[in-house]
Amino acid sequence: MLEIRNLTKHFGPLKAVDGISFRVDRGEVLGFLGPNGAGKSTTMKMATGFLTPTSGTAVICGHDVQQDPLGAKNKFGYLPEGAPAYPDMTPAGFLEFIAEVRRIPTERRKARVEEVVRLVHLENVMHQRIETLSKGFKRRVGLAQAVLHDPEVLILDEPTDGLDPNQKHEVRTLIQRMSQNKAIVLSTHILEEVEAVCTRAIIIARGKVLFDGTPAELADRGPLDDVFRRITTGAQTALS
Amino acid sequence: MRNTLIIMKRELGGYFATPVAYVFIVVFLVLSGVLTFYLGGLYESEQASLQSFFGLHPWLYLFLIPAISMRLWAEERKQGTIELLMTLPLKAGEVVFGKFLAAWIFCGIALALTTPTWITINYLGKPDNGVILASYLGSFLMAGGYLAIGAALSAISKNQVIAFILGLVACLLFMLIGYPPVRAFYSGVLPPAVAATISDFSFLTHWDAITRGVIDARDFLFFASLIAVAMFANAVVVDAKKAD
Repeated sequence: MLEIRNLTKHFGPLKAVDGISFRVDRGEVLGFLGPNGAGKSTTMKMATGFLTPTSGTAVICGHDVQQDPLGAKNKFGYLPEGAPAYPDMTPAGFLEFIAEVRRIPTERRKARVEEVVRLVHLENVMHQRIETLSKGFKRRVGLAQAVLHDPEVLILDEPTDGLDPNQKHEVRTLIQRMSQNKAIVLSTHILEEVEAVCTRAIIIARGKVLFDGTPAELADRGPLDDVFRRITTGAQTALS
Repeated sequence: MRNTLIIMKRELGGYFATPVAYVFIVVFLVLSGVLTFYLGGLYESEQASLQSFFGLHPWLYLFLIPAISMRLWAEERKQGTIELLMTLPLKAGEVVFGKFLAAWIFCGIALALTTPTWITINYLGKPDNGVILASYLGSFLMAGGYLAIGAALSAISKNQVIAFILGLVACLLFMLIGYPPVRAFYSGVLPPAVAATISDFSFLTHWDAITRGVIDARDFLFFASLIAVAMFANAVVVDAKKAD
């Protein structure tokens, strides 16, 4: 459902993303791992059509994000890095706006917003301005926005960043519950998250895929922290 | 069009969610009132006309409109919401036009609130209300011209101060090329045809014609095409620089 084809992005002499390819099918939750600056966010920005790649493309449910951006954008939900939302708006107003843009029919809009609000537990802050919300609530507003139109593909950039352990657990449960009929990609640098929710893990560093397999295969290689360090720093010594 | 209206609605709501809108409206009304009566000498001229009121508009807009347009895109960039906006199934042109429309309607509201001045002048004498109506329409269009230029420049930077200064300088340029002393200067140096073309690109040239009561579709068309060109540039800049 989501296919990344040889995505490459150069920023001047820096190769932020260097020929990354993978595909994610329905029912899969792909954990996109890597140290800070590895190119996770850049890859996601290109997959969603926000950033124009130097070469390569992403295809979402058959829509090439370069050739048919609107077709692709209708098919995915996206939580950008930092979960941006309009600070002057309330979650109620913001989700109403997203529902309009996503063309959720008026008669179903209210019910759908309520459903999603219950899903991410926003009931008590619906009429508070987003700028006054805590980091955890802001993240959940971002999640609500991404899943509102029940997309087939979900692209989440650090969905649990800034959440407390309980909230992290809730978001992971939510992702697992949604995963049956969706293709989900989430980026993270929290290793335990991969074991907790992902069916597959990709580790990248310096813009290249260094590992692609199941969390179990990753765990077979030893303690996660060590494996991660070995894989990502090994790349550094190899390059230098 | 539907998407444009959705964006417009959200933006317009945003103006009134913060004190910015109210501060702007009050400043605009106080300045236009005070300057018309004191600097413009509305009473001293002993004429029932709003020439002194409308004469101020290009100068008032020069500072006030960039203050509105500066946040249009710079704010989206700073908050990171541009990433959200540009990954929703919307065309850049729809978003650009929706944002512009909201800002323009907002200017229209501020302008409409000056009608007490119009009522006053009708109470004091018998002005030519046709000219006043045309001037109001012209003023609204001119505000749109300033806004469109400011909006396009706002897309260049994530810093609102830079966006404000760029907008102000660009609008000043469009004014000064029609300001009589400046026009006199370059008319003496350049061939008449070139000088006339340059002054035809000024807000002031068209604005003066409208406020004198000369109703010529070309003056209105000037502002309309200026808006269209600036909107197009805005969409191009947003699309090219959205992720920078």
